Amino acid sequence: MSEAAGIYEAFRDAIRAEEPVALATIIDGPDAGAKLLLQPDAPTMGTLGDADLDRVVERDALGMLDAGISEVRHYGQHGEARQMDLSVFVECHARRPHMVIFGAVDFTRALASQAKLLGYRVTVCDAREVFATKRRFPMADEVVVDWPNRLLDRIGDELGPRDAVCVLTHDHKFDVPAIVGALPTRVGYLGAMGSRTTHEKRTERLREAGVSDEELERVMAPIGLDIGGRTPEETAVSIVAEIIAAHTGRQAPRLKDGEGRIH
Amino acid sequence: MDEILDDIDRWRAVGQRVAVARVVDIEGSGPRDPGAAMAVNEEGEVAGSVSGGCVEGAVVGEALELLGGRRGPGITTFGYSDDEAFAVGLTCGGTIHLFVEELDW
Repeated sequence: MSEAAGIYEAFRDAIRAEEPVALATIIDGPDAGAKLLLQPDAPTMGTLGDADLDRVVERDALGMLDAGISEVRHYGQHGEARQMDLSVFVECHARRPHMVIFGAVDFTRALASQAKLLGYRVTVCDAREVFATKRRFPMADEVVVDWPNRLLDRIGDELGPRDAVCVLTHDHKFDVPAIVGALPTRVGYLGAMGSRTTHEKRTERLREAGVSDEELERVMAPIGLDIGGRTPEETAVSIVAEIIAAHTGRQAPRLKDGEGRIH
Repeated sequence: MDEILDDIDRWRAVGQRVAVARVVDIEGSGPRDPGAAMAVNEEGEVAGSVSGGCVEGAVVGEALELLGGRRGPGITTFGYSDDEAFAVGLTCGGTIHLFVEELDW
């Protein structure tokens, strides 16, 4: 066994427990095979053979883990950027992305199923307890009866660039607190359903609630890509497609950027 | 890596040495993303995959070379580049770079 003994067990256990973990391995360089295991808020295990290199790779790997990216990075012997002495592969196992859907409506059912297909942990939230039931949304990981702002007060800090908040309520009473609550979080995607007219009215209310133009730009509304979707299932596809395009940075025809009827 | 953990545990529990090949980079189209992994034990038993079945056979060969001490840990490339056609290719025309090593960590 090398000095890296025990790393596999820690790596394996984290993957099985769905805890975020990154494994950095030198794949090209004099010390090929050397490893550094990283978990947020835990001490690192192993070494890539140089304390400075370890520090730089730790910083980069935690960023990659946050974004859910596994790739090769190049460094100098002591972690210098823009040098090619060493190639380090960082394998990231991020926690599952989280989609929070506000509004327990028909579209929610289709979107929750579509999100599960893509590997999301799905939370459905609505303040109306007759609608927000596990029976209506068996595919959701959790169904929460509460006001959107109160749920976001509790979980907002956990949301990151890979996560999504989708506001499907169509009702300013719920939409406005959901959007206002989601804006201060780091959530990567924030979309709100409704026609252009609905969104115009909603925008007025959001401005009254103190939301700036810059913050409004972050809200994908009308939600989804412009693929002419109409049914809940088709709309769900257009929403997750917009989320994928947002992550990959591809240009896709967003309803937000267009004009005219959305279907 | 997720899908090969059970097999690795089983092999290691009976004292088998294990080689692991992981996709670290792809150029052009490739069927599996970086992180896709395959494990091979000393007897040539296989878990996981690194492509759509195009290069797995060759990877077993590399893994057994490694476990037999005839090669060290390092990068193995499959696919086509401008100046050289490798013996084993991907039908999709892409190139994949694998890191092959013994699981002794």
